[in-house]
Amino acid sequence: MPIETKEEFRPKIVAFCCNWCSYAGADLAGSSRLAYPADVKIIRVPCSCRVNPMFVLRAFEKGADGVILCGCHPGDCHYSTGNYYTRRRMTLLFSMLDYIGVENGRTRVEWVSAAEGVKFSATMNDFVAKIRTLGENVRLEDIRCKKQ
Amino acid sequence: MQRIGVFVCHCGSNIAATVDVEKVVELARMEPGVVHAEDYQYMCSEAGQARIQAAIEKKGLTGIVVCSCSPRMHETTFRKAAERAGLNPYMVEIANIREHCSWIHKDIEEATKKAVILARAAIAKVNLNTPLKPGESRVTKRALVIGGGIAGIQTALDIADAGYEVDIVEKTPSIGGRMSQLDKTFPTLDCSACILTPKMVEAGAHEKIHIYTYSEVEKVSGFVGDFTVDIRKKARSVDMDKCTGCGVCQEKCPSKKTPSEFNRGLNNRSAIYTPFAQAIPNVPVIDREACIKFKTGKCGLCAKVCQAGAIDYEQQDEIITEKYGAIVVATGFDVIQLDSYDEYAYSQSKDVITSLELERIMNAAGPTKGHLERLSDGRAPKEIVFVQCVGSRCSDDRGKSYCSKICCMYTAKHAMLIRDKYPDTHVTVFYIDVRTPGKNFDEFYRRAAEEYGVDYIKGQVGKVLPQPDGSLLVQGADLLDNRQLRIKADMVVLAAAIEPDPSVRRIATMLTASIDTNNFLTEAHPKLRPVESPTAGVFLSGVCQGPKDIPETVAQAGAAAVKAIGLLAKDKLTTNPCTAHSDELLCNGCSTCANVCPYGAITYEDRQVNDHGIREVRRLAVVNNALCQGCGACTVACPSGAMDLQGFSNRQIIAEVDAICR
Repeated sequence: MPIETKEEFRPKIVAFCCNWCSYAGADLAGSSRLAYPADVKIIRVPCSCRVNPMFVLRAFEKGADGVILCGCHPGDCHYSTGNYYTRRRMTLLFSMLDYIGVENGRTRVEWVSAAEGVKFSATMNDFVAKIRTLGENVRLEDIRCKKQ
Repeated sequence: MQRIGVFVCHCGSNIAATVDVEKVVELARMEPGVVHAEDYQYMCSEAGQARIQAAIEKKGLTGIVVCSCSPRMHETTFRKAAERAGLNPYMVEIANIREHCSWIHKDIEEATKKAVILARAAIAKVNLNTPLKPGESRVTKRALVIGGGIAGIQTALDIADAGYEVDIVEKTPSIGGRMSQLDKTFPTLDCSACILTPKMVEAGAHEKIHIYTYSEVEKVSGFVGDFTVDIRKKARSVDMDKCTGCGVCQEKCPSKKTPSEFNRGLNNRSAIYTPFAQAIPNVPVIDREACIKFKTGKCGLCAKVCQAGAIDYEQQDEIITEKYGAIVVATGFDVIQLDSYDEYAYSQSKDVITSLELERIMNAAGPTKGHLERLSDGRAPKEIVFVQCVGSRCSDDRGKSYCSKICCMYTAKHAMLIRDKYPDTHVTVFYIDVRTPGKNFDEFYRRAAEEYGVDYIKGQVGKVLPQPDGSLLVQGADLLDNRQLRIKADMVVLAAAIEPDPSVRRIATMLTASIDTNNFLTEAHPKLRPVESPTAGVFLSGVCQGPKDIPETVAQAGAAAVKAIGLLAKDKLTTNPCTAHSDELLCNGCSTCANVCPYGAITYEDRQVNDHGIREVRRLAVVNNALCQGCGACTVACPSGAMDLQGFSNRQIIAEVDAICR
């Protein structure tokens, strides 16, 4: 682990994880002690398809620097088809966000199964590294939120 | 306004070593709605739960947040504790500060900061929680077992003996599975058929068991307690009620050129066949691809010789729809394809065989009538080399990363049996490690090495080269003596890795049961719920969950049966109250939600609404709470924002997002 200085940029990252695969994958990463930066905070949702594009926008509006959605692998969704909705919805949303200046690197959908603790940790390490190179997100942010 | 209590667990040192729990308590107190906060060493202990209950009663808490391990671990524990104190169990939220925080971070300051934020998000959420009441659903008192090997048979017998109806669906023409292909079993050298066939007969004759052989599961819908399953009964072309199992048709069948699946392709079978003599049911199947009648329209010899008139060329596939309360997956395994292992010359030489093929060769009912002989020239092999870990414990993508678990033991068995029956045959075993962690296993292996004079060599085989004289030159390394070996062998036996039967992928998808990267079905908890799938009502039996030998498979089959019986014994199940519901005043009846619902839980009704004084009849979405599984797809699809999910409402999730980004 590199020594972190005070000035180093610590992004705010919201991770939405489905209850059945990815949240369990994150649990496995935890019990296997597979570290990833503390910048990532996980919100549990029943299925990745529960994530309303509104939530992603809200996160950026409130100052998040990156948002990642994790769900079951295609074909393995606990609710059969939920992750297919996620894939379609988020493809559209992310390209729209990119268009308005929230770079594609700040948003991601990743499939992580309950057995993939290693993948979960690797994904988060990679995502955080990406956000750190992109720096702070200034688009969409409601400055009034910052003043509070 | 809620009155919230926050309970921070030390989890011994699991949390407290990296998270400053007192700081979390201190900062949680400042959050809106929090009227009580405390920390304790083990919140999940009886004393810890008592503290929660006391605080709920004393301070009149309306919601609690437990900062502890994953909700997948102890959410139920804390919900029950809350319920005992008179609080609605759905007023409990968990902040996962162990798996998602203390266990993955090292820096105390950083981990504490994160724990505070996670606690804050949970507090923000519980501020918006509402009491929820679970519904009830019925239980169909019938179980389905997918797969008719020893795992499936044992599970079915145990469930049936408890008094419940069981159906076994087996894709091949007979039950029996891999075990029926084995000759002897370790570590006792029992004859496999002798211990398996009584169980097959018992299952076949059991009044509570119905066996669908030559059948496959086609479609699964529903949920725990109430699954609806379509089973495709493939056309057997033989009337099961009329057939007497005399076997004349198989003798007379002129098409005898199809490789026998049961004998691993080492010999041929007829187009009309039973896989083996003890097949249950003892009713043959016509392989329509091999049958001359089906290919050319001529022949029909089997129908002519059949005294019972059981042959039916017109038979069609049949779809049977049945309801089940529980489903047990027992789909078993196969050995891996060895196409990418050219170095062992498996596809070049008939005398390089897999261990399962050796089982058939050693078996009295096998292609060589039990005589150990080379398949190329029928000679008795004098020098046999066994190669362990072919595709197991493999770091490249040709093989499997896991240990197949059974190979060390069955190789010791093979070596011992060969040395016993053919004392002049020399046996060498190349191994990476010999793993014998089972009752009487190590003693068994040592007998092979010490008493039977089997040569165990630690090292790997690099290449097997077929020689012009028909022998096989085995090049390997002896790692203990640090030398290269060249052995002129007559036969090479590969302990090929085992993998889940390929059909399991499709079945897992149908059942929405999770599967790992090796296609093994995932258990609900690796230690504490090893026979349950994370999908409620689906249980795992045998190798479909991970490599196992026969005793382990039978033990797990029994455990899966007990879990299924536990479910079937209930008259009613409580359902998850986290279901979708539609706001009457916002819904415009557009049908978008119904189109995305995977369960058909949404219907439309014309209802009288009172919209700020305007009374009118509107077409509204109505969610059937018994069918809704709470995925939330509809909540996002709804264009008017009328659809929301209880327990994971838009406002609750947004509150969490806000708390995290604050």
